[in-house]
Amino acid sequence: MIKKAKKTNSKKISDKQSGILVLENRQVFKGIGIGYQGTATGEVCFNTSLTGYQEIISDPSYAGQIINFTFPHIGNVGTNNEDHESDKIWTKGVIFNSEITSPSNYRSFLHLDAWLKKNKIVGITGLDTRNLTNFIRDKGAPKGTISVSKTGKFNINKIINQTTKWSGLKNLDLAKEVTTKKNYLWKGFKTWKKQTGYQKNKQKSFHVVAIDYGIKKNILRYFSDFKCKVTVVPCNASYEKISSLKPDGIFLSNGPGDPAATGKYAIGIIRNLIKKNFPIFGICLGHQLLGLALGAKTKKMKLGHRGANHPVKNFINDSVEITSQNHGFEIVKEGLPRNLEITHKSLFDGGIEGIRLKNKPVFSVQYHPESNPGPQDSVYLFQEFINNIKKNAKKKRY
Amino acid sequence: MPKRKDIKKILVVGAGPIIIGQACEFDYSGTQACKALKDEGYKVVLVNSNPATIMTDPDVADKTYIEPITIEILEKILRKEKPDAILPTMGGQTALNLAMEAEKKGVLKKYKIELIGANSKAISNAEDRKKFRKNMMDIGIDLPKSKVVNKFNQASKVLKQIGLPAIIRPAFTLGGLGGGIAKTKKDFYKIIKNGLHESPVSQVLVEECLEGWKEFEMEVVRDKKDNCIIICSIENIDPMGIHTGDSVTIAPALTLTDKEYQVMRNASIACLRKIGVETGGSNVQFAINPKNGRMVIIEMNPRVSRSSALASKATGFPIAKIAAKLAVGYTLDELKNEITKVTPASFEPTIDYVVTKIPRFTFEKFSTSPATLGTSMKSVGEAMAIGRSFKESLQKALVSLETGYSGLDRVFNVNKKEIEKKLRENIPNKLLLVAEAFRKKINIKRIHNLSKIDPWFLEQIKEIVDNENKIKNKGVPRDFIEFNRIKSIGFSDKKISELTKIPENVVRKRRMALKVLPVYKKVDTCAAEFKSFTPYMYSSYQRNFSLNSECEAEPTQKKKIIILGGGPNRIGQGIEFDYCCCQASFALKDAGFETIMVNCNPETVSTDYDTSDRLYFEPLKEEYVFNIIKKEQEKGNLIGVIAQFGGQTPIKLAEFLYQNKLPILGTQYTSIDLAEDRDRFRNLLNKLKLKQAESGIAKTYNQAIKIADKIGLPLIVRPSYVLGGRAMEIVYERNDLKKFVEEAFKAAEDNPILIDKFINQAMEVDVDALSDGKDVFVAGIMQHIEEAGIHSGDSACSLPPVSIKPYLIKEIENQTRKLALALKVKGFMNIQFAIKKDQIYVIEVNPRASRTVPFVSKAKGLPLAKIASRVMAGEKLSKFNLKDKSKGMYAVKEAVFPFNKFPNSDLLLGPEMKSTGEVMGFDKNFGMAFAKSQIASANSLPKNGIAFISLKDAHKDEGIDLAKQLIKLKFKLCATKGTAEYIRKFGMKCKKINKVSSGTPHIVDVLDAKKIALVINTGGGNSEHRVSDAIALRRATLKNKVPYCTNMSTAYACLEAIKSLKTKKLEVTALQNI
Repeated sequence: MIKKAKKTNSKKISDKQSGILVLENRQVFKGIGIGYQGTATGEVCFNTSLTGYQEIISDPSYAGQIINFTFPHIGNVGTNNEDHESDKIWTKGVIFNSEITSPSNYRSFLHLDAWLKKNKIVGITGLDTRNLTNFIRDKGAPKGTISVSKTGKFNINKIINQTTKWSGLKNLDLAKEVTTKKNYLWKGFKTWKKQTGYQKNKQKSFHVVAIDYGIKKNILRYFSDFKCKVTVVPCNASYEKISSLKPDGIFLSNGPGDPAATGKYAIGIIRNLIKKNFPIFGICLGHQLLGLALGAKTKKMKLGHRGANHPVKNFINDSVEITSQNHGFEIVKEGLPRNLEITHKSLFDGGIEGIRLKNKPVFSVQYHPESNPGPQDSVYLFQEFINNIKKNAKKKRY
Repeated sequence: MPKRKDIKKILVVGAGPIIIGQACEFDYSGTQACKALKDEGYKVVLVNSNPATIMTDPDVADKTYIEPITIEILEKILRKEKPDAILPTMGGQTALNLAMEAEKKGVLKKYKIELIGANSKAISNAEDRKKFRKNMMDIGIDLPKSKVVNKFNQASKVLKQIGLPAIIRPAFTLGGLGGGIAKTKKDFYKIIKNGLHESPVSQVLVEECLEGWKEFEMEVVRDKKDNCIIICSIENIDPMGIHTGDSVTIAPALTLTDKEYQVMRNASIACLRKIGVETGGSNVQFAINPKNGRMVIIEMNPRVSRSSALASKATGFPIAKIAAKLAVGYTLDELKNEITKVTPASFEPTIDYVVTKIPRFTFEKFSTSPATLGTSMKSVGEAMAIGRSFKESLQKALVSLETGYSGLDRVFNVNKKEIEKKLRENIPNKLLLVAEAFRKKINIKRIHNLSKIDPWFLEQIKEIVDNENKIKNKGVPRDFIEFNRIKSIGFSDKKISELTKIPENVVRKRRMALKVLPVYKKVDTCAAEFKSFTPYMYSSYQRNFSLNSECEAEPTQKKKIIILGGGPNRIGQGIEFDYCCCQASFALKDAGFETIMVNCNPETVSTDYDTSDRLYFEPLKEEYVFNIIKKEQEKGNLIGVIAQFGGQTPIKLAEFLYQNKLPILGTQYTSIDLAEDRDRFRNLLNKLKLKQAESGIAKTYNQAIKIADKIGLPLIVRPSYVLGGRAMEIVYERNDLKKFVEEAFKAAEDNPILIDKFINQAMEVDVDALSDGKDVFVAGIMQHIEEAGIHSGDSACSLPPVSIKPYLIKEIENQTRKLALALKVKGFMNIQFAIKKDQIYVIEVNPRASRTVPFVSKAKGLPLAKIASRVMAGEKLSKFNLKDKSKGMYAVKEAVFPFNKFPNSDLLLGPEMKSTGEVMGFDKNFGMAFAKSQIASANSLPKNGIAFISLKDAHKDEGIDLAKQLIKLKFKLCATKGTAEYIRKFGMKCKKINKVSSGTPHIVDVLDAKKIALVINTGGGNSEHRVSDAIALRRATLKNKVPYCTNMSTAYACLEAIKSLKTKKLEVTALQNI
């Protein structure tokens, strides 16, 4: 079983100080460099998940970000060819408390350190990650730079410069960077099953067009589970192009960056889609963009929500869902349009986690019902979307 | 949904005495539940026979019944109290079984009482193997191949279906009692037979053997709106085949990818829903085949458990407290997370550290029983440790065990071949063996193949061993970075000292000079995502290159007192001491001090985050305690450290505290030493003109023999500085002397051994007293039922004494006063006296809280530990109301033994303590109090039937009187040849029965045929076959659950009890009503 893990990659990480993390306030953390040798700047956020680091690092929503993992052991189950959420890794860098250990899992294929190298991700370990988390919690997510060098020599001033000069995530449209450049048809893989892994869906009852602001594969897999054919289109695909695909429903994907920046071109497209009564479902950035399109405002949060344990209250059926979350922006409560109903709220801070239009089959959630990683309590949202599609199909819009 | 208003009074069922498989975790859960329900305005009625618990303190529930946990007693309480509901999920299997019995017998219906938390349907869905299986199959959860056997003749068919090896589990038993793994046909039939017998419903489950698979547990909480959360995942390092209570376990699970974890999460939630646990916590166990990931469900417990206590301590999420509130109608989102204060309880805790739990075993006390592990639990306690990495956590846990380990110690110093052989076996301390295997250059792959331990853990252990070598070669590190790195792997100063051969205090000095100091991090349920308000902390040497690790301890400016807890449970030291520590904390908090608890036992109330103002979850060892004291001294005013409430564990630290000039509260080290130092203590007694048996102290074997010859037989030989009479023996014959002396030296490690004249056929008396240095209060004088020579922890005793002459009681009080003042006791003192021919002898004095403090407190209605702690903090005894509130009630303490867990062990008692727990019988009448104590300790006495008598020659004369009384009570007698003939001589009828060695049908056959109602057996004699005869008889007694007594004085007490049972009505009394 564990034999599959490539032992050659599990080389002992040097005890020497070979990595550095610098925050915009000039605070310096020394540590051991891991992953790719180089320097990367991004917003330093923390994620509190205990499992699913491969999914997290490969989530395009982390574009422009450095992830500080609060759980000390990261890498224990290695990496494999199934658990990534995107083919290209957009995360800027990673911070682990403890050195990466040799992997042990029957599915493990590659040591995490080798995987990071392969994907050109810099990382640092051997520092007080809880201290960093406390800092982020109290002061908000800072800009920061990780630099990894075998020599252990760093030009700190230069690194600080690079950090402060970076504009940060605010007003940054990252969706246009991570989005697909061309339309493509999802290959039809369904969600992972223990015995069979990923299997293909052959029935295509509905056609969903997913606007890719940085989509996670597991969303597409869930659509396959619900017998959908999915066409993924670039984030700036025009309303005309989208409607020419004759979709039964529109999906607004998750993604990185500031919704207000992406909204500049996305809002118009979404408004048109709403006007034409398409069933619409949005997740994360897609949710924020939907909010903007409907007249709500968004803002940057102090530290954001990133983890797999976030409780969300569902006001439709008065229950609690444990959700997977990853967002640094949110829809603000003030000035919500009247036709917009809040369906979900965070039980951590009362923030808006879900909205729907009162008179149209349009809804979205801030969290990740597709999980991966995280609890699968909220899969019902996909079903609701499909129900909306079914209801809508009867109306024969075309 | 707000709490229910239709119920007003709730009965909580406790777990009874501490036994293997059911320890103080149920005091923790029960106490939490009672407090939570009371806070919500419900009237709480509690029944628990265990006086050592915190939950039975009269403040905890509104009505506290320290009564046997049986259906008859329950019905009496129900009739009296008329509660609206019973919460059966807090008292382990005992409470669940009682609830099921109440349901079956129609008691619940009769009194219109509802089960809350789990109803009878859910309980039986989970506990009845057949139903459980069907339910799981219905929802598509995979299970091991399995068949249920209800009758022995079904066994062969089942054997064919399942194949070998197979696991056999009896239904409705504790800790898998009576089960096992069968590898051969012969074993298979044997275990089935035994299992059918042990199961109260005569049902066993035969399962596909999953030995070597990975084992996981999920702690799930559900509310009535069907909101489900996972509190914690737990991974067993020991693979399937070893009871989870006996396995080294860690939290969270470390070898699952998110996909596998979510499959398990979904399955565990689906399981709760299907079983129908409406509200509360449950534990679901899974096994995973490491080769292909196949996951099967093993079992689920629809109640809080040992694992849920562990999960609560591991995450800071108080499962039992929340479960109690859910049971009365709240939903998770309505309850607050008390640690963050701003978030609700409806979330899944996340952690940023690794938790390791290691069980503590006690095979050395049952040396005739093999030291192997299996599906039936054997450990008597556990230690938990928290570290920022697995390695740190593991090494801290090993130190926390207090078995003398300073890390991965070399206890298996055997050759490579032997190690490889042992790696296959299920033995205790397997990880130490793994470490030794690495030292002997056996590679990971081979170790994994033999032990089936996941390679991830093996590699971690290998890295620890590699670093041991590095330390050995390079010596104590000379720079911060390297020293800090070593410490972040979890190496204790002691281990570094052992590896470098440099004294521990020098290692410590060098470390501190380099500023390599631990930081304290908080357990906060959320990995620092939210600010936390409860200072529940653990130490860590966070790996660091720049000296800037963050310490979150933030000591306050207050007046503070540190309380050192008792560490992991063991025979001789358990819940009684946790009771004392908690009481001290409560009392000192009331008196305006900040209380700081240090302990490493996850089962306890003391390690609940809201018991004390601050909690350090740390090993109770010099290094760790020192660091905490230094940290707390940084700010505020540390009044002192309480070392006399946690049993022998903190007392052992007193010398270290004294030498390092750290303030001890109450009795000082010099007094502790004076009481322990034989010579000085002897001089003191002489000065006070008190009598003591002749004694001597020996540092060498020759010295020991010389002393023995001088004093003369019989003798008691024992090591110094041990608790629970470890390796203590009474020597009657010169031939045995050599062996026992050698054993005592072995157990004493570096300390000398003690040799005393044994005062035989004497009555033993236990005294608990308090002193403030001027006044002395004799809190309780307990007369042992068993005669001197049997460990006080194993003896039944009566408070007040039943047959001590008043002037002797006065004299005992006088002597106690003299000793307390002479020893300058401030706080607790316990003295054991022997009385022979109206002469009083001092056996030993312990200037600390004793095992009987909670018993005396409950019996007399006095919060002794609270008073003692305040006296230690400077108040005068005269300030307190010390009036005895027992109003003439008799309290009888009876010990409970784990013999059923240790095959082949003898039931005979001696100077080495063997009991795991205790019960209390409480009544106006001594006989009835004793009868209750026997019912509560599962030794329920008969009112009639056949009594079997087998007596030592020395007891035969007394036996005649006994026989006469039995006949008067309408018992029929039978006896082995010698005794029978002797009884007949006095004109009484007595049937002759063969001894085992005299051939069938013998006494064991008769016992197996369930024809005997009572066994009185006072031991064999010395020749080998007579001993084995007697052991066989006693094991058969145990197996058939026939009440028995093994000495004369107990037999008389039993007669007294039987008389009461025949003439009086069994009544129940709440402590609050006395």
